[in-house]
Amino acid sequence: MATVLLERIGLALITMIIIVVVVFFALELMPGDACSVNLGRGASDSMLAACQKRLGLDQPAVWRFAAWAGDFLTGDLGISMQRDRPIAEVVGWRLRNTLILAGLTAAIGIPLALGLGVLAGLNPDGPLDMTISGIAIFAMTVPEFISGTLMILLFSVILGWAAGVVTIGYKAPALDLLKASVLPAATLIFILAAHILRMVRASVIEVMQSDFVQMARLKGVPHRRIILHHVLPNALLPAISIIGLTMAWLLGGVVIVESVFNFPGLGRLAVDAVADQDLPLVQAIALLFGFIYVLTNLGADLLALTLNPRLRTRRK
Amino acid sequence: MTPSVPMLKVENLQVGGDGFLVVDKVSFTIGQGESFGIAGESGSGKSTLLLSLMGMMRPGLRNLGGSVRLNGSPMLGQSDAALASVRGSKIALIPQNPATALNPSRRIGTQIAEALLLHSALNPRARAMRVLDLLSMVRLPEPTVAARRFPHELSGGQLQRAAIAMALAGAPEVLLLDEPTTGLDVTTQAALLDLLIDLRHRSKVGMVCVSHDLGVLARLCDRIGVMYAGAIIEEGPLASVLARPGHPYTQALVASIPRLTSVGPPAPIQGSPPSLFDLPSGCRFAPRCALVQDACLGQPPDLTSAADNHKIACLRAFTAPAPVVNASVAALEKATSVLAVEKLSVGFAKHGIFDRKTPSSVVDAVSFTVAKGEVLGLVGESGSGKSTILRAIAGLAAPTAGQITLMSSGRTEILAARATARPLSQLRSVQLIFQNPDASLNPRHRVLELLAQPLILYGQVPRSQLREKAADLLDQVRLGPATLDRMPAQLSGGERQRVAIARAFAARPDLILCDEITTALDVSVQAAVLELIRNLARKHDVGAIFVSHDLAVVRSIADRIAVLHNGTIVEINDAQELCARPVSPYAQRLIGSVLDIPA
Repeated sequence: MATVLLERIGLALITMIIIVVVVFFALELMPGDACSVNLGRGASDSMLAACQKRLGLDQPAVWRFAAWAGDFLTGDLGISMQRDRPIAEVVGWRLRNTLILAGLTAAIGIPLALGLGVLAGLNPDGPLDMTISGIAIFAMTVPEFISGTLMILLFSVILGWAAGVVTIGYKAPALDLLKASVLPAATLIFILAAHILRMVRASVIEVMQSDFVQMARLKGVPHRRIILHHVLPNALLPAISIIGLTMAWLLGGVVIVESVFNFPGLGRLAVDAVADQDLPLVQAIALLFGFIYVLTNLGADLLALTLNPRLRTRRK
Repeated sequence: MTPSVPMLKVENLQVGGDGFLVVDKVSFTIGQGESFGIAGESGSGKSTLLLSLMGMMRPGLRNLGGSVRLNGSPMLGQSDAALASVRGSKIALIPQNPATALNPSRRIGTQIAEALLLHSALNPRARAMRVLDLLSMVRLPEPTVAARRFPHELSGGQLQRAAIAMALAGAPEVLLLDEPTTGLDVTTQAALLDLLIDLRHRSKVGMVCVSHDLGVLARLCDRIGVMYAGAIIEEGPLASVLARPGHPYTQALVASIPRLTSVGPPAPIQGSPPSLFDLPSGCRFAPRCALVQDACLGQPPDLTSAADNHKIACLRAFTAPAPVVNASVAALEKATSVLAVEKLSVGFAKHGIFDRKTPSSVVDAVSFTVAKGEVLGLVGESGSGKSTILRAIAGLAAPTAGQITLMSSGRTEILAARATARPLSQLRSVQLIFQNPDASLNPRHRVLELLAQPLILYGQVPRSQLREKAADLLDQVRLGPATLDRMPAQLSGGERQRVAIARAFAARPDLILCDEITTALDVSVQAAVLELIRNLARKHDVGAIFVSHDLAVVRSIADRIAVLHNGTIVEINDAQELCARPVSPYAQRLIGSVLDIPA
C-alpha cells in the first residue's frame, strides 16, 4: 500500500516537473519576448536591449529558467506586464472565483449525477431510464455555448429568475459571487451530470448482471441490501476516475461557459492574457492549469486506492 | 443407502423459453446425507437445472412445467423476497467460479458474516467467532488473516474454500455444487473433494453436484444422472452406471475420459449435441448414435428401469457393445530431434519505477529435446513454469540463460531470444496454439481470413488458391468448407480450437506448442482435439509440446512426459513408464491425486 502510494505521488511530482519545463520552453520557442511584445513594433533596438537587460532577458534561456523556477517555488509568480500587478494577486482572486463556481457545480452536480445514474441503471430501458438517458445524451451533444445561451433565455429572459450575465467585478465578496454563479453552475451541472450519469448507469447495469450479485440473491440477501452492499460499492468505483477528470475540467477554467456568462474566473483570465499577449501571466496560468490537472487526478487516484481493494495490492 | 424422507423433490421439471427447452422432464429426490451427481457437457442444461432448484431463472427462461419442492414447500414461481429466507439457510450453492461469485470489494470475513447476519440470531461478536470457525473448518490456513483478505488476494483453491465456508454459514440442509473443482490443480482438487466428503459424512447435508468431470462425481456421489440436451438419459447408483453404462451416450462419455491406466488418446464422440431450438423429435442422441434404429426416431424414450434403481432412456439399453478404445500405439521410430532446449532459465523483472528488484527465476536450467513426430507432455501445477517454457520457445519471453536450438530441413540454428528478432523462417517453424480460442482468434475476421494470413505470410500462396488451401486445412481438422465463411462467434468452443489448430498448421511448422489447449473444452470435444493433434503431428512429422496441468490428459497424448515443479524438471520419461512407475516424490504425488474413475 505504502509503495503504491509513494509511486503515485512520485509520478505526480515528475509530471509537474515536466509541465514546468515544457511550459517555460514552449513560450521560449515563440518569436519575440516579453519586451518586444510590450514595447510594440516601433521600439528601437536600443530600447529593446535596455528592456531586455532590465528584465534579464539577455541571459541564456537555461539560466533564466533556473531563476524563474526558483522564484516560482518561493511563491513569486512575477509581475503581469499588461496589468502591472503581481501575478499572484491577479490569479489569486480569479482562482477563488473559479473555486466557488466549481464547488457549487460539484456539490450539486455529482450527487445528482450519481443518483440519476443509479436510478437509470437499476431500471434499464424503463420509462425513467429513457427520460434520464435521453436528456443526458442531449446535454452531452449540445455545445456549451448553446446550452448556456438557452439557460439565459429560459431563466433570465423568459422567467426572469436570475441575471443573465455576471456584472460584478472579480474582487466582489464571495457570497455575491455565489449568487452570480447559479446560472453558469446550472449550465455546467447539465453537462457534467450527463457524462457521469451515463458512466454510472452503464456500470450499475454491468454489476447487476455480475455473478456475485446473483450469488448474493442465492444467499438470501434482500433486494435493498443487495443494492446497498453489493451493487453500489462496486458500481460507483469506475465513477471516481471520471469524477476526477470532470473536476480537473471544472477547475482548469471552463473557458466557454465563463465567457458566455461573463464570469470572472480563471478561464476568462486565460483568454484575456492570451489576447493581451501578457506572456508571464499566460505562463503562470498554464502552469496552474497543469498542476490542477495533475493534483485532481492524483486525488481521484488516491480516493480510488482507498475505496478499491483490488488496486491496493500489487500483482505478484 | 437407507431410504429417507426426501428433502428436495424435483418432479418433471421443464425450464425453457419461447420455442426451446433447456431442462426437460427432470425428476429426482435427495434425502438427508444423500448425494446426487449430474454429469453432462456444457450446454446440456445442468447449470440451469441447478439454479432452478433454488427458484432462480436466468433471463429469458421460465418454468414450463413440473415442480421443485424443498421440505414440501414450492421453490418455483416464488418472488425473490419470498425465497430470501430459504436461500442460504435451507439450500445453498457453491458456485462454479468463486473468483467472480464473491464480491470483489468486500472482505471474505464480511461476506461470510453477511450470511450469518441474515440467517442466524448471532450477535456481531458471535458472528465474528463463527466466521473463524467456518474458515478453519474448510481448512483455510490462518483463518484470522484469511477473513481480512479480499477475494483477489486469495488463490483459486483458497477462494473455493471461502465460497464453501460462505455456503455452510447458513447451515443448509441441501448443498448445490456447480462444477466445484473446475480450474483447480489436481492436488488442490483432491484436498477440496476430501473436505466435501468429510462434510457430507459429518453434517448429513444432502448434495446435488453438477460436473462434466465423471472423476469428481465418482468421488462425491452415490447416485448419478447423465444429462444430454436437457434430459436425464441415464440414472442409477454410481458404480452401476460407470461399470455398466447402458446408454450409448454414457458409454461414449465414459470412454472419452483420459485415464492413467489406458494407452493412447481417448475415443471422441463424433458430432455435436443438438441445438436447443431444433431438438430431434425422437431420441436426442439419435443423430450421433451408432446404434440408431427407426424406432429411435419416433418418440423420445422414457427412463426405464434396467436393474437395481439403474434407469436408462434408450430403446437399445444394454444391447450396445462396449465402446472400442483406441489401444494401438505404433512404436515411435527412432526420430531425429527437431528441438533442443539447453539449460534454459527465464526470469521476470518486476516493472515499476520505484521498485526494481532482482529478477526472480520462473524457469531454472531446464533441458530437454523433442523429436520429429513426437508429442512431449509438460505437466505441472500452475506456477510451475510450464507456460513460461513455451513462451520462451515461441520468443515471447526472453530467457535469462541457456539456448534453444531448432533443427529443421537439414539446418541447425539457434533461435533468437525475441520473436521480433527472428527471421521469417524461424517464425514459421514454431507455431503456438493458445489456451483460449475465444481470445486468440480475431472475432472480426472470418475463418477464411484467419487461415489466409499464415498462408500468405509463410506459404506465399497466391490469392486464387487461398480458398482451396484453407478448405484443405479445415478438412484436416475435420471441419467442412462451409466453416470458411463463419465468424469465430458462430462456432462452438471445440470448433474454434480446431480453427486455431488449422491456423498453426497453415504455416507448415516444424514444432507446435500447445498451451492448455483443451482446458476450455468438454471432455468429448477434448478427446477429439487430442486425437487430432496427435495424428497431425505424426502425419506431418512435426514435433509437439503439449502443456497441461492435467496429467491424465497429457498421458493420453504424449509419447514422453516431463514433470515440472517450481521451474525445474523433476522427472522426464516415457509416458507409460512415468505413469506406471514414477520415481520422484513429486511425480508420485501428482499421479496419486488424479481422479481415475473406477473401471
